[in-house]
Amino acid sequence: MSRSLDVAGWLFVAVMAAAAVLVPYAVLGTPETSAAHMPVYLVQLLGKYLCYAILALALDLVWGYCGILSLGHGAFFALGGYAMGMYLMRQIGARGVYANPVLPDFMVFLNWKALPVAWWGFNWFPYALLMIVLIPGLLALAFGWFAFRSRVTGVYLSIITQAMTFALYKEFFRNDFGFGGNNGLTDFKDILGFSLQSDAVKAGLFSISAVALILCYVVARAIVGSKYGKSLIAVRDSESRMRFLGYRVEYIKLFAFVVSAIMAGIGGALYVPQVGIINPSEFAPGTSIEIAIWVAVGGRGTLVGAAIGAIVINFAKTYFTGALPEYWLFALGAVFIGVTLFFPTGIMGVLSRIKFRRTPPQVATGAAT
Amino acid sequence: MIEDNPKLTASLLYLDDVQVTFDGYRALRGLSLVLAPGEMRAIIGPNGAGKTTMMDVITGKTRPDVGEVYFEGRHNLTMLDEAAIATLGVGRKFQKPTVFENHTVDDNILLAAKAPRSVRATLGARQTAESKRTVERILERIRLTEVRDWQAGSLSHGQKQWLEIGMLLAQDPKLLLVDEPVAGMTDAETAATAVLLKEIAREHSVVVVEHDMAFVRELDVKVTVLHEGAVLAEGSLDQVSADERVVEVYLGR
Repeated sequence: MSRSLDVAGWLFVAVMAAAAVLVPYAVLGTPETSAAHMPVYLVQLLGKYLCYAILALALDLVWGYCGILSLGHGAFFALGGYAMGMYLMRQIGARGVYANPVLPDFMVFLNWKALPVAWWGFNWFPYALLMIVLIPGLLALAFGWFAFRSRVTGVYLSIITQAMTFALYKEFFRNDFGFGGNNGLTDFKDILGFSLQSDAVKAGLFSISAVALILCYVVARAIVGSKYGKSLIAVRDSESRMRFLGYRVEYIKLFAFVVSAIMAGIGGALYVPQVGIINPSEFAPGTSIEIAIWVAVGGRGTLVGAAIGAIVINFAKTYFTGALPEYWLFALGAVFIGVTLFFPTGIMGVLSRIKFRRTPPQVATGAAT
Repeated sequence: MIEDNPKLTASLLYLDDVQVTFDGYRALRGLSLVLAPGEMRAIIGPNGAGKTTMMDVITGKTRPDVGEVYFEGRHNLTMLDEAAIATLGVGRKFQKPTVFENHTVDDNILLAAKAPRSVRATLGARQTAESKRTVERILERIRLTEVRDWQAGSLSHGQKQWLEIGMLLAQDPKLLLVDEPVAGMTDAETAATAVLLKEIAREHSVVVVEHDMAFVRELDVKVTVLHEGAVLAEGSLDQVSADERVVEVYLGR
């Protein structure tokens, strides 16, 4: 399995790198009549999928390799998204409906006189970048510290991660919390001075997302390929054995959890400028559960599979919610049950089996993970 | 004052009046045991005598309600957790072979091998020539060199038991706790395991918990008989099997 994973990994990186270069060309460099031309709406859609792929990759790192089924990863994604959204809000400046140079529209509407402390500094891009990494990372650090030290595992851990995202969901809904309440943050105008409405910026954001996905993949791959990665898998398979070998299981989990949360935050930050809005629905418990389905469908513990799962499922979602909106959730449920029952190793498992069938001698050494 | 107690400092492992109660069931009722450095000891006793609970107490899995547990006369094991105790040099082999099934035999040994355990150290760890040699040597000793690239999950039961012993060797603890190492083994495997354990005992202190009397006889070491959470008898196997109370506990019920 590991050899076919290497091949799949390189293939994946190559495809993403090609997409990062070719997609902007297809949008900007070709006439609209050309067969190679790509409409802008499609670029935005694909860019969104790539952000989801980063999120799925992040979840796979903790779930597939360490057995931590987080059903709250949507929260880290959303926090990264809000941090980016706050920067974009401050960029609007006096161009808002109320033309207040400092306060975003919703604050003027709520009759606030001064900018809340939490919003300070977000007009400065490097600060926003720092927060995109820091806020999800610190939340994961604090949450993981208590959860892993208290040895909360399995379904109990999944439940408290749901509680975490649900609590944030409720909180972000409140207008008084200071992040736009129900409506969230939207009406963004530009990023670093470039208009978000321009085709070039949209194509550029897609490319940046593709590069970010590659980087996250390479980092995750380096982590799971190291001795630490072996210890991660060992914790997944026999936590107490690792303790009796002298490993600090809580720190092993914590590191992976924090790295994963930061990746999810980066995915969220790239997502917001492409979809043009961030609101509390990203914190909804159901949203986080969906991420686990992407990973399961793609193939747990494969990294590439998680990214593919996210792209495939979201493509299907876009199609279904357009064609047969009432049936999407049924279809998703059916896919999840079907995969769990018949393809527990997901898309990657099926692909590697096909590969093995072509080269039978590998079967003996490559028993499934 | 532990420092003033020659008996404590001279012992590798010292248990005094250890009591453990689970939901009203008294698993250990005043267990006392002293193990000298370099000693190999066999612990026998009927089911429910408290053998596994004793191991749990020593390795930090269970905290005793009452009693003292000292390692090397200095470390109060009742105050430490599993990882800290393992780091002090106490290794444990479980009754059911517990290996990392999804890792290769090689990687199982590698994970167990004495090396810095921190996240930072393992993230940047490169396999040195020396650690490679150690792995080779251990594989040789537990006779798993030919299957080193196999996933541990595909080994036979006996091979898994041996792999786990190999992991203990790689960990190189001062004290090895071995819980029923020959359970489910064939006679040939049992005999080979006895040889292996005796070899290990030359460099390490070992406590073996075992049901198999033939195996205990083969080990030929001092025996402690546990019964209802306390020590019933202690001495050579011949001595304890001549003890009427021991006979009664084992056969007389």
